[in-house]
Amino acid sequence: MKALMSGNEAIARGAYEDGITFASAYPGTPSTEIMEAFAKYDGVYAEWSPNEKVALEVGIGAALAGARAMVVMKHVGVNVAADPLFTASYTGTEGGLVVISADDPSMHSSQNEQDNRNYARAAKIPMLEPADSAEAKEFIKIAFRMSREFDTPIFLRTTTRVSHSKSVVDLEEPRRVEENRDVRPDPSKYVMVPAKARERRIEVEKRMERLRAFAETFPENRMEINDTKIGIITAGMPYNYAKDVFPGYSYLKLGMVYPLPAGLIREFASKVEKIYVVEELDPFIEEQVRAMGIEVAGKTAFPYTGEFDPGVVEAGIRGVKTEGVDLPDRPLPQRPPNLCPGCPHRGLFYVLGKLKVFVTGDIGCYTLSFMKPLEGLDSCICMGASVGMAHGMDKALGEKGRVVGVIGDSTFVHSGITPLLNMAYNKSNAVIVICDNRTTAMTGMQEHPATGVTLQGKATKTLDLVELGKALGIDNVRVVDPFDIKETRRVIKEELAADGPSLVISRAPCALLALKQKADRKPPLRVDPHKCTGCKVCLGLGCPPISWRRFEDVDMKIEKKTKRQEGIALIDPALCDGCTLCRQLCAAGAIGEVTEDD
Amino acid sequence: MTSTSVQSVLMVGVGGQGIIRASDILSAVLMKAGFDVKKSEVHGMAQRGGCVSSHVRFGPKVYSPLAKKGEVGVLVSFEKLETLRYLDYLKGDGKVIINDEEVYPPAVNLGEEPYPDDAVDFIKQYFTDVKVVDATGIALRSGDRRMANTVILGVLSAYLDVDYGVWEVVLTESFPPKILKKNIEAFKLGRGV
Repeated sequence: MKALMSGNEAIARGAYEDGITFASAYPGTPSTEIMEAFAKYDGVYAEWSPNEKVALEVGIGAALAGARAMVVMKHVGVNVAADPLFTASYTGTEGGLVVISADDPSMHSSQNEQDNRNYARAAKIPMLEPADSAEAKEFIKIAFRMSREFDTPIFLRTTTRVSHSKSVVDLEEPRRVEENRDVRPDPSKYVMVPAKARERRIEVEKRMERLRAFAETFPENRMEINDTKIGIITAGMPYNYAKDVFPGYSYLKLGMVYPLPAGLIREFASKVEKIYVVEELDPFIEEQVRAMGIEVAGKTAFPYTGEFDPGVVEAGIRGVKTEGVDLPDRPLPQRPPNLCPGCPHRGLFYVLGKLKVFVTGDIGCYTLSFMKPLEGLDSCICMGASVGMAHGMDKALGEKGRVVGVIGDSTFVHSGITPLLNMAYNKSNAVIVICDNRTTAMTGMQEHPATGVTLQGKATKTLDLVELGKALGIDNVRVVDPFDIKETRRVIKEELAADGPSLVISRAPCALLALKQKADRKPPLRVDPHKCTGCKVCLGLGCPPISWRRFEDVDMKIEKKTKRQEGIALIDPALCDGCTLCRQLCAAGAIGEVTEDD
Repeated sequence: MTSTSVQSVLMVGVGGQGIIRASDILSAVLMKAGFDVKKSEVHGMAQRGGCVSSHVRFGPKVYSPLAKKGEVGVLVSFEKLETLRYLDYLKGDGKVIINDEEVYPPAVNLGEEPYPDDAVDFIKQYFTDVKVVDATGIALRSGDRRMANTVILGVLSAYLDVDYGVWEVVLTESFPPKILKKNIEAFKLGRGV
């Protein structure tokens, strides 16, 4: 049977068809849907771990116990998991271990554009890269076979465009696999003290030799010889872009991007006149081919940054301007992503934006509040960085009340606990706010240890953030409702003045979570045009339903309340969530609930 | 449109307008009609009220899920301003379907920048086949404004060489029985525009 599947869904399906029953992950765009899809198949165990390092360690343990384990993360997640990864390369994996790295060229949903093919080389781990959903479904199976055959962890790399494009796949029946689940001590393999690690180090190099030989005849490294004037070496999604615009050229399409098949590359080079390497981000293949003494064009023709498309590949090789209509340049209002109507972060960041403090930020929806008009966040580096940075700034400034660190609940569990412990241990004076919206919102509402539900929907222990803060040694722990602006401002100001580190838990469910759980809707609000003084304070919330109308654009007669009033605020009732933040800010009392008459 | 080469439809608009769902349905229809299909979409941070676009490409064999600029046959825009942002994807004889809806971006809400009121006139200067549809109004008359995307699919269906029967099968698979009848009605209203 045929089906349309995203690359992510196809990876989950392929794992299921291959009889894989064990997977661990931390959500992160563009990887998240792999686990969401996999967790729904019959007879599988799938967990959200608190972070990628834990997820990988869980996978290593399962693999050493004989399971074939799939561990899933986005590209920056591999940074978090890098520590166990590099040594698991030495221990080998018994059952089988596939690490999926979903890279994000163009940074659609990421803070950097790292090319994780470099990890394959650095950790001496082979890497497969599918070009579409059909390959994704097939390559996950090949990856598990290779992991077992070579006793190595193996990477399956996707990019956003592979993960989030849908294409046609053939569904197959799942096969039943009896895995030999057992553990037996083997210090020479599993205890990586220096003496043992030195021995394994040699084994890793022997394995690389075998993998290089395997790559030469690996059927997914394939030549397509057509017009031999131009040959293109490529892998993953860029293969599709190139085939789309240059179907007649010759191709060496690499299904395995590390290690490379040197013999096959030489053979291809001998058959074609000019070679282009078409790859997004780093010149990873290009530099290795160059090092073989083969002349190629790569980053001289194509950009280092951003994802490609057929137009980029065409321009790089043919140097033509894209066809189509000649349109004049026309500046358009930007449409950046924004916090949703009814978002609990809005009240908190409105307060923070008005305080004279530096706000170290973190990874989550709330990062968006750096923008106008909230301007309530001043840094974003990586998961957990807000806490450590707030402490570092506090120590460097040596002056109380100047720094607040903000971090989401899921992000706090991911990487905020250790730096919070550090703040108690090293006597910090900074204030940390956990934006506790009861879910992992940005990636689409995944559960985590503080929600009390597992990935597969089972009720479980709920991490108590208040008690945790106290246990770590934070004496000042407060809980506030971010929909109460006055109270939120008062508590944060008190904690900025208090001695020692403080933890404020700003707690209210994500607006989308409330929608999903069908919580009672609050009535939408409206602006009474005859009371509105046009002060624009409510616009400072940056709430999507609230807009500004000049008097000349309103079809009714409105008396000016002040000489300088130029218009009024409006609320779109279809978008309004009724959260009341704007009503709390309106000094004129012009905002009220929509009534029957409206 | 001929069916011997790869064709591209580009759906654009604002997060929350049901664009991804509409492009899913379109892709399923095209697959059922016997085409190879690839489509791309956006997830994660980009979705939060930001621009959303979904490329759908179909033909005997499709490689790239992304169209290149200047080759899109039909641009389906769920929001007026967003049409302007993606106009350079259209080929010279490309067709444009525009939902007559304005969703203000933040700078317009704040009164800092004007909304481009001349969007449709501007587009008509460069493209001849431009259809403006009050999809939200039609959806409201069918009972629910959230069916605007179904109305737009109906409009689009008249531009594609696929039997109505295939659409009906996929729509039936796509909606729960409770709201199916209304959606089919909305689709037909769109198809008749």
